Order: sequence, then structure tokens, then C-alpha cells
Amino acid sequence: MNKLDPKIPAGPLAEKWSNYKSNQKLVNPANKRRLDIIVVGTGLAGASAAASLGEMGFQVHNFCIQDSPRRAHSIAAQGGINAAKNYQNDGDSVYRLFYDTIKGGDYRAREANVYRLAEVSNNIIDQCVAQGVPFAREYGGLLDNRSFGGAQVSRTFYARGQTGQQLLLGAYSALSRAINKKQVTLHARYEMVDLVLIDGRARGIIARNLITGKLERFAAHAVVIATGGYGNTFFLSTMAMTSNGSAAWHCYKKGAMFGNPGMTQIHPTCIPVHGEFQSKLTLMSESLRNDGRIWVPKKKEDAAAIREGKLRPTDIKEEDRDYYLERRYPAFGNLVPRDVASRAAKERCDAGFGVGTTGLAVYLDFADAIERLGKDVVEARYGNLFQMYEKIIDHNPYETPMMIYPAVHYTMGGIWVDYDLMSTIPGLFAIGEANFSDHGANRLGASALMQGLADGYFVLPYTIQNYLADQINIPRFSTDRPEFEKAEKDLNDRIHKLMNIKGEHSVDYFHKKLGHIMWDNVGMGREAKGLKKAIEEIAVLKKEFWSNVRIPGVATTTNQELEKALRLADYFEIGQLIARDALNREESCGGHFRLEHQTEEGEALRHDEEFSYVACWEYKGEEAAPVMHKEPLDYEFIVREQRNYKS
Amino acid sequence: MDIDINIKVKVWRQKGPKEKGRFETYGLKNISQGSSFLEMMDILNEQLINEGKEPVVFDHDCREGICGICSLYIDGYPHGPDEDITTCQLHMRKFNEGDTITVEPWRSAGFPIIKDLMVDRTSFDKIIQAGGYVSVNTGGAPDANSIPIPRHDAEAAMDSAACIGCGACVAACKNGSAMLFVAAKVTQLALLPQGRAEAKKRAKSMVAKMDELGFGNCTNTGACEVECPKNIAITDIARLNYEFLNAKIRD
Repeated sequence: MNKLDPKIPAGPLAEKWSNYKSNQKLVNPANKRRLDIIVVGTGLAGASAAASLGEMGFQVHNFCIQDSPRRAHSIAAQGGINAAKNYQNDGDSVYRLFYDTIKGGDYRAREANVYRLAEVSNNIIDQCVAQGVPFAREYGGLLDNRSFGGAQVSRTFYARGQTGQQLLLGAYSALSRAINKKQVTLHARYEMVDLVLIDGRARGIIARNLITGKLERFAAHAVVIATGGYGNTFFLSTMAMTSNGSAAWHCYKKGAMFGNPGMTQIHPTCIPVHGEFQSKLTLMSESLRNDGRIWVPKKKEDAAAIREGKLRPTDIKEEDRDYYLERRYPAFGNLVPRDVASRAAKERCDAGFGVGTTGLAVYLDFADAIERLGKDVVEARYGNLFQMYEKIIDHNPYETPMMIYPAVHYTMGGIWVDYDLMSTIPGLFAIGEANFSDHGANRLGASALMQGLADGYFVLPYTIQNYLADQINIPRFSTDRPEFEKAEKDLNDRIHKLMNIKGEHSVDYFHKKLGHIMWDNVGMGREAKGLKKAIEEIAVLKKEFWSNVRIPGVATTTNQELEKALRLADYFEIGQLIARDALNREESCGGHFRLEHQTEEGEALRHDEEFSYVACWEYKGEEAAPVMHKEPLDYEFIVREQRNYKS
Repeated sequence: MDIDINIKVKVWRQKGPKEKGRFETYGLKNISQGSSFLEMMDILNEQLINEGKEPVVFDHDCREGICGICSLYIDGYPHGPDEDITTCQLHMRKFNEGDTITVEPWRSAGFPIIKDLMVDRTSFDKIIQAGGYVSVNTGGAPDANSIPIPRHDAEAAMDSAACIGCGACVAACKNGSAMLFVAAKVTQLALLPQGRAEAKKRAKSMVAKMDELGFGNCTNTGACEVECPKNIAITDIARLNYEFLNAKIRD
């Protein structure tokens, strides 16, 4: 069990990180030049890490699946980034941000990691402002804040509805500068397709050149995975089309343990599904819940009439509307955390009060806000989101309420890492959404950007030295070594096999089927029967895929169908592990809701005695079931309570 | 009200950078007007795969108008016949029963074709690498509120920072000029105190890189501004010229 040592530094919570930094090992400048680091991914975590490590003097190779690092899906984050600056004088502090994050995660995150995250949050804002990120400002020229779910203070910094874009472009600019100074070598339109170990340590990757189709080998002293989450297992999600779980999955198959795979976040405010041909779901920022009020009709007959197109939402009188979040959670109202808001929407729709043509939608209404603040103010705050909505749905949200429904958005689970952000494979690190560490069972809004940049700018650049300090005498590895040879051959065999199935159905045909199995059984409400069914059905579907998929063209050129097929082959296995983890966790916590475990009021019911641990899954081969190990979550500083957003 | 329509799509097919390209026309039945343009392309590809043909290669990722990877010249317009959007936000309700829709890649010397509708835009990254940043290392930044920035300046910087680097400006320009793209970054950083220190150097080095990479000159036709999905204003080009000339005069 030594492998699962989280290596948390001793001492009081507030001093752990300072103590760590004072005592960690460092690498001197001459040695840094001799050490290579591979960073896979160029989102907030990957780009900030690559730029920072390059500036420090390491030789960095940064891989990007798109044509440019600026396209990574962090770009799509809308609402904001949290930090404990307390610029608003509303009682915020590092401790309070730490506490809210732990509580928001339903007490399933590691205390020391989360405290460190809250601690460095302030440096992130400083860094971004110095890079020229145009955050929103007050008339006096100082930074503005807005509120977000799960907090009673205003600690979210934002750049209109494009905060992720501006932060990513900030990190991209730092990365571009490092590339110009030859501190970082960029490999764009490459996809990592395997991890290479030498003597048990991560020493390189195989990446597929997405233009030529060639498999290429890259060696390094350490490998950093920053490839985001695996939410696209569900087919429909708010993820980008190329966002995928494969890089993390290759690491898992090479021995890295996977932490809490079942912890997936379903975001409450997305544009509802509208047809079979749909390719993705669009998020409407959580910031909309600052001013928008969520409701469904109080009467079932009104809801039915709306679904049939006989009534419009504006026809429903005020007294006939059920503002169910305000009713159920008076203290937090429309700003309850995401998991709570999503479940409440599902509950109303399942009970027959849903709207839209499918009945799977609720209203997000700005009429009150427009009356209170004026249309101009609402437009200044949310104009781009309203425009986005109107282009998709063809309704004007200034005149009629928006329709929203929950959708898969984020995965709290990921590669298990210790306090150094190192996985169970020495030399393999995971940062940002790709690791499991900071959000427990539910991530609060505006915390993903915070964690990605915290890991990349302010945590990994320190902790990776602790590992690399012991590696200064290791010369660079040749990619002709048998380990690389074998990895490449195995991959070529796999690609050859896929190309030669020449079956009847496209990759998307299978992926959509997988998505339905996942959404129906492993979505917002899970129970043992459905989870077992999902595991079996996925096994059958996987078999069918491997015997009946059709991939046109050849593997030695740009082939987007082959790219999708390679990722889908992993999604089947990821989907099964998500279900297996959800089945094991006989409690409800955060985004993981087991129907068998709820309070009388329908809230999540945790079982702290039995499940205060991180479930860490170890791969045991294609045919064998994975083995679960536990990392106990012993809370030293916080007392666990049932989450209460009511009073 | 959205209905289902039957359409034809005339698509540019090209096997590789050096190969000769041609148009192919495909018929599509019962396309919902509620679907997005790229979902229509998905349906086309599904149809091609089922017929045993090679699907059309095109760049697409976030599908919500922010990553800037989608391109496509649709019926003669970059990002198609709708205002203020990218191709992925274009919906089929902009088209009618019986339409033939022409789909081409970005065409510009600065963006060579890779395959079908996919083009190489790494030249944009190279321009940013030449100076589109504030030279600040990680760590050691002063408190974020230590320099107040007038709200008006921050908002104006944000207007320019909204550029998604899609390249529609270049595709729309008869000269294949990248001036609007360069101007947006130069303007954003010139308006902020953090970016002032390097403003002159930045304008010179980014313009030099742009010229080196084969982009054309600006003749103020304004096509870029009209086609920009993020409404980057041509007045940014005026600011770029101001910064550039100012720098050159001092040389």
C-alpha cells in the first residue's frame, strides 16, 4: 500500500505548503538544461506548466491535439475564476475558500491539496493581470467580482462571459514567449497514444502525427499529463469534440491508479437536447444564476400545455410558477452548487413539470432582473451568452425565458496523484482536470480555471523538482530502445486491426449508443441494478464495435474517423470503470447520487464511516476486473457535516 | 418555425497539399433546420461512410464559437451567411428547401490547404510568438489591484482581446492580409499599462513576422471587419499603424 502514500507534509494546515517549499529539493540551472519534460496538453494547466517549466530552464516538449495551443477547451470556460482576495470586503479568506471547496466537494477531497489551492489562488490573479488579461473592472479602475454557486461571498473574477478564453490566451502568450525563446518545443496536431516506461519510470510517449498518421517517439525525464477530463464518454457533453480520456487511460493501463472515476459533474444550465443528430451540448454559464431565476409551472396541466405549444411561458402567472430552488434552498436560492441544482431540475422534470417539446427542460428567467436593473445592465453582463442562446434556439431570451437542462460537464475523478501531483508511476505527473485531487465529489463553479492554473503556474514547477533532483545524472534516453519499439509495434497492430474490421457502422453510431447507456444508467440518478446493466451492455457494445466498425480510408494520412475510433475504444473501458466505481460507492455524495442512499427530503446521504476514502483503481489486464485500493481521507482540520444550503 | 429541408452541398475535396482539388456535389434529405451547419456536415459524413466513401475532412472542436478552429467559406462568406458567428454556430434555418450550398476552405497564401477543408494556420501562432505577449515570468507579479486601470480602457482592451484567431479576416481579404489579427493583439496590449513597456517593439516584430510569412498588405477595404465573428473593429488597424509608425520614427 506504500504506493498510495499521499506524501502530505506534516504541520498545521496553513503552514504545510510553505514548509514544503522551504525544504524541497531543487535543481540547479546547469542541470535543468540537461533535463527534458514532456507536457501533454495546452489548456490552462498544460500551457501554464509548459511555459513556467520552460522559463525555469528545463527543456520542454509540449503536445497539442489541435492546430494551435490557443484552441484547448479551457477556452470555452465562461463564468470566472475564484480567488480569496477579499477585494469586496465581504469576509472572504484563504480559509473560507478552502472550506467552501471542501464542503462543495461533499468532503471527498484531500484537505492539504485544497488548502494549497486556496492559498495560491491569489497569485493566479496577480499573474494574469501582469500578462494583460483584461478582467472586468469597477469605475475606479480596480477589479470587479461576481458571485458563483456554493459561496456566500463574491470572489469570482471574470472577463465578460469569456473568462476561460482570456486566461487561456494569457497562458498561451506566456507559452508563445517560451517557444520564441526556444525554452519550449511545440508539437501541434499530435495526439499522445501511449506512455512509455523504462525500468518502471515514465520516460516518454508515443504520439500520432495527425497530419501524416505516423507514430512518433519522444523521450524525456518526466511526463506531465494535462489532457483534461473524460466526460465525452457520454457522447453528448459540453466538452469539445476532440477532448478525450485516452491519454489518462493509457497511463492507467501502464500502471497509474485512477482515482474516483465515478465522480462526474452534470452541469445544471445547458441548452437542452433537441434531436438525434445533435453532436454536443452548449453550456450556459453558471454566472447566469446570479440574476436569472429558475422555475417550472406549479400545475402539471400548465406544463403539459407548454409542451404541446398551447401556452407560452410568459402566459403563466407569477403565482402559478414554482421557483423550486428558492423554495427548497432559501439560504442559497438559485446559487446552490451544481450537483444540487441539477438534481432538483431532474426531480421536477421526472415529476412531470418539465417544459420544452421534450419535457426535459426548465426555465431560467431574466424578466425580474431586466425590470430591476434595466435591459442595458443585463446585456452588459450576459450579452454574449444571450446571443449564443438565440443563435442556437432562435428565441430571444430578453423576451422569453431561456430553457435549460443539465448536461455532462466535468470529471472530478482522474489520475490519482500525491501532494507532488505525481501518480503511482514515478516520473508521471497529472495536472488540472486530468488528476483527481481537489474537487472531491463535486466541483464548485469557477474552480476549474483556478485549479488548472494553480497546478501549472504555482504547484508543479516546485513539486516536479523534488523528483527531478534525483534524475540529474540520468542521460537522455534513445528512442531506439526496445521499450519504445514495443509500444509502437503494439499500437501499429491495434490500428491495423481497427482498419481491417471493415464493418457496417460508423464510429459515431457506436459512440451514440454508449452515450445512451451512460446517460440512462450512470447519469444523475444511479442505482445498483442500472449500473450492473450498464457494465454488461457496454461489454456487448464493445465487442460489436471491435467486429463491426467501419473506418474508411488509410491510416497513413489525416484520418479523423480513425482518431475517433481509437478514442472510442478507450471510452468503452472508461465507461465501465465509471460504472464500477459508482457501483462500489454505496452512498451519495456530490455529483454521485445513488437512489438507494438519500435523505427523506431527497438530498444526498453520505456514509462517512464506510466511504471516507478515495477509490483508487488498479488495472489488471484486458480480461481481469480492476482492483480497488483505498486512500483514507482522514480529516484533521474540518468536521464533516451534512451539506446544508437551506439555512 | 424550423422544418426539415432537402439540400445539395458542393464541397471542395483535395487529397493533400500538393494534389489537385475539385468540387463534389452531394444530396442530403430531411435536414432539420434546427441542426447546426456542422451537424449537417456530420450527417453528410455519416452518409458518405455508409456509402463506402471517404468522409470530408474539416476542422472543428468546441462547437460553441470560441476555440476558433472551425473555418469554412460558405456560399462566398467566411463562417457563412449570418452575422457575428463562427461556422459552428451557423444553423440550417439560414438555408431553404432546394438550396445548393457551396463549401470551400479558407483560401490564402498564408493558410495552405492540408486536406479537403482543413488548412494550416500555424502562421498565426508564429506571429504571436514574435511578440504578442507581455514579457513576464511566472511568479513575482505585483498585487493585481496595484495598478488601477480605467474601466473604459479595460473594456476596450477586452473588445480586442475577444479575437479567436480563426483567420476569417485573412480569408475575407482580397490581399490575404493578417492586419486585423495582428492589430487586435497589439491594441489589447497597448491599451493596458502592463503592455505599454514593449508596445513599440511588439508592433514592429509582429508586423515583420507577418510580412515574412507571406500575408498581404492592408488597403483598407474593411472586408475583415465585416466578416469578423467577434466584431474586432478596423480602428484597431489604425492603432497598429500608429504604434508601428511611432516605433519606426524613433528608430
